[in-house]
Amino acid sequence: MIKTLYVPCDSSAISLGADRVAAAILHEAQQRGIRVNLIRNGSRGMFWLEPLVEVDTAQGRIAYGPVQTKDVASLFDADFTNGGDHALSLGLTEELEYLKRQQRLTFARIGITDPVCLDSYIAHNGYQGLNNALNMAQADIVKAVTDSGLRGRGGAAFPTGIKWNTVLNTPSEQKYIICNADEGDSGTFSDRMVMEGDPFVLIEGMTIAGLAVGASQGYIYLRVEYPHAHKALTTAIDKAYAAGYLGDSVLGSGKAFHLEVRLGAGAYVCGEETSLMESLEGKRGLVRFKPPLPAIKGLFGQPTVVNNVISLASVPIILDKGGDYYRDFGMGRSRGTLPIQLAGNLKRGGLVELAFGLTLRELLYDFGGGSATGRPIKAVQVGGPLGAYLPESQFDTPLDYESFAAIWAVVGHGGVVAFDDTADMAELARYSMEFCAIESCGKCTPCRIGSTRGMELMDDIIAGNDLSKNVPLLRSLCDTLLNGSLCALGGMTPYPVLSALNHFPQDFGVEA
Amino acid sequence: MTDTSTMLSTVQAIATALKDKPGALLPILHGVQDTLGYIPADSVPVIAKALNLSRAEVHGVISFYHYFRETPPGKQIIQLCRAESCQSMGSKHLEAHVKAKLGIDFHETTVDGAFSLEPVYCLGNCACSPALQIGTDIYGRVSPELFDELIANTEAAA
Ligand SMILES: Cc1cc2nc3c(=O)[nH]c(=O)nc-3n(C[C@H](O)[C@H](O)[C@H](O)COP(=O)(O)O)c2cc1C
Ligand code: SF4
Ligand code: FES
Repeated sequence: MIKTLYVPCDSSAISLGADRVAAAILHEAQQRGIRVNLIRNGSRGMFWLEPLVEVDTAQGRIAYGPVQTKDVASLFDADFTNGGDHALSLGLTEELEYLKRQQRLTFARIGITDPVCLDSYIAHNGYQGLNNALNMAQADIVKAVTDSGLRGRGGAAFPTGIKWNTVLNTPSEQKYIICNADEGDSGTFSDRMVMEGDPFVLIEGMTIAGLAVGASQGYIYLRVEYPHAHKALTTAIDKAYAAGYLGDSVLGSGKAFHLEVRLGAGAYVCGEETSLMESLEGKRGLVRFKPPLPAIKGLFGQPTVVNNVISLASVPIILDKGGDYYRDFGMGRSRGTLPIQLAGNLKRGGLVELAFGLTLRELLYDFGGGSATGRPIKAVQVGGPLGAYLPESQFDTPLDYESFAAIWAVVGHGGVVAFDDTADMAELARYSMEFCAIESCGKCTPCRIGSTRGMELMDDIIAGNDLSKNVPLLRSLCDTLLNGSLCALGGMTPYPVLSALNHFPQDFGVEA
Repeated sequence: MTDTSTMLSTVQAIATALKDKPGALLPILHGVQDTLGYIPADSVPVIAKALNLSRAEVHGVISFYHYFRETPPGKQIIQLCRAESCQSMGSKHLEAHVKAKLGIDFHETTVDGAFSLEPVYCLGNCACSPALQIGTDIYGRVSPELFDELIANTEAAA
């Protein structure tokens, strides 16, 4: 009998040796005359266990990990292809606490299927949302998304249905759907995991968006740092065209939807939607003034939907199961689930998709297992490089847009980066200013000049120079950035800087 | 043909193939850099002409984006992540080690032309920090010892 095995093709798994492990398994199987069907799946998102090898058994999939090439021979000795016991055996994958406690809607298939196999996508409920959408009026598709309560997962948390409605109601010969796959935030990788682990779900979500608003062309603006995602997307797009899911007449509906991947070039600011459109138009990524809104005058001056990968990848299940189904998860005005990314100094870093409402403490300790170094967790940065640093006293805040806003913090794209007590918050504040200076598009003075000035001030503060003058100067500079910046790069750099200063004044050499 | 004229005809071919795409400049610049390893100054007029832009406009775009380079890289480009998650797991220590080991700073190339070192702001490998990439190969939980091993393997393979 042929044994079915799984070794992830996710780039984090590869970064820990998954390709070598896959090769070693094939080699060893051949040596021993065992016939195997080795599938490269996406990652389950438990990165402390990667490379995580799974085998199909009558009881279900059994996991082994973390597997290195040196373990492969002993795994075969233990008859792992039949689920045999081994020091690395973790039991049934689905029974692992970390996974079992999650509510995977957007990530339902990731780690389970072969990401670029269309048949497997369809066998696991793929394209049911599109099938429904094809039989719905445009306004009803938009209504389902509005009813779901989905808010943009790229950072600003704007209601997706409202954005789509504006584009639907702005007449034009040509409209566009742009997927923002620039994922520049440190501590985030959920977009990457979707594109590498289930690219069809993004393609389906964009196709539904196109039908909903009447856009026949989509672009995925992908950061160049993601070569594996690029390959998975282009492979999946080719297959979707070949099978009639993309093209001049989507599944014979007479409605066209075309899709193309475009690569960014290492500019963080190009994740900002108007800068992204400038870049797609072949220009420098200078942020545009708003209004006009992209929904009215966007790419090449046409009405354009710009949505994050996770926002768009959440659309198929909404159209499959209904807006209510999705809305029933979550708390307050944060509806549905959020794929949370646990990163930095944590024992069990990974992807945790859950309804909004879990506290940071539960995430850091119940899921994350505390710090990787075994030292106390001192601070957590949530929401990427423009997100605030939270001290232990705020770890009981539930993950919810409004609860975070109330403590002057942001959920953003859902990245959670933990730091142990060796972290120097003044150095991190300096880095925030430096990052702003490096990535500033240069359009407004506070951001362009202020960030460099902020770095110099932080250098002085770190050196202990004239704190009674320099700390107030830093605060007033942050005020200028907050109020005088065109976009959130300049406008939110004060979040990490001031939160570090306010919560950890001792690191800046000042009294609490 | 001289090296320059080969280069120019390569650039011309890339520009001709892509120039009719909407917003063609970035795809063309990627095409050139993928093929030649960088975007030579001499290629700018060719690209500008194909797209009906001024040289200054093309140059302005090249210089805006960190990824595009105007000088030839070493045989391998090492991209070391400087962002927060990697900092939380000791990337500054790793960075100091890498710079000392290679004898270069960011944006420089070793004298033997083997490696160029570039900073990168997140590789999406933040659950396995600190991370770096050598060429297109990504690595996670990179210790100074692992880095030395990777470099030795790369050199042996070269
Ligand atoms: C400096 C900056 C960088 C951003 N980077 C990203 C990004 O990488 N990905 C993303 O989806 N949104 C990013 N955004 C937010 C986008 O401007 C925009 O709000 C988002 O793409 C809209 O999609 P959504 O409504 O689905 O979230 C960024 C914003 C700013 C100001
Ligand atoms: S705040 Fe900075 S990045 Fe944003 S528009 Fe102004 S200069 Fe550009
Ligand atoms: S912060 Fe280094 S890989 Fe994300």
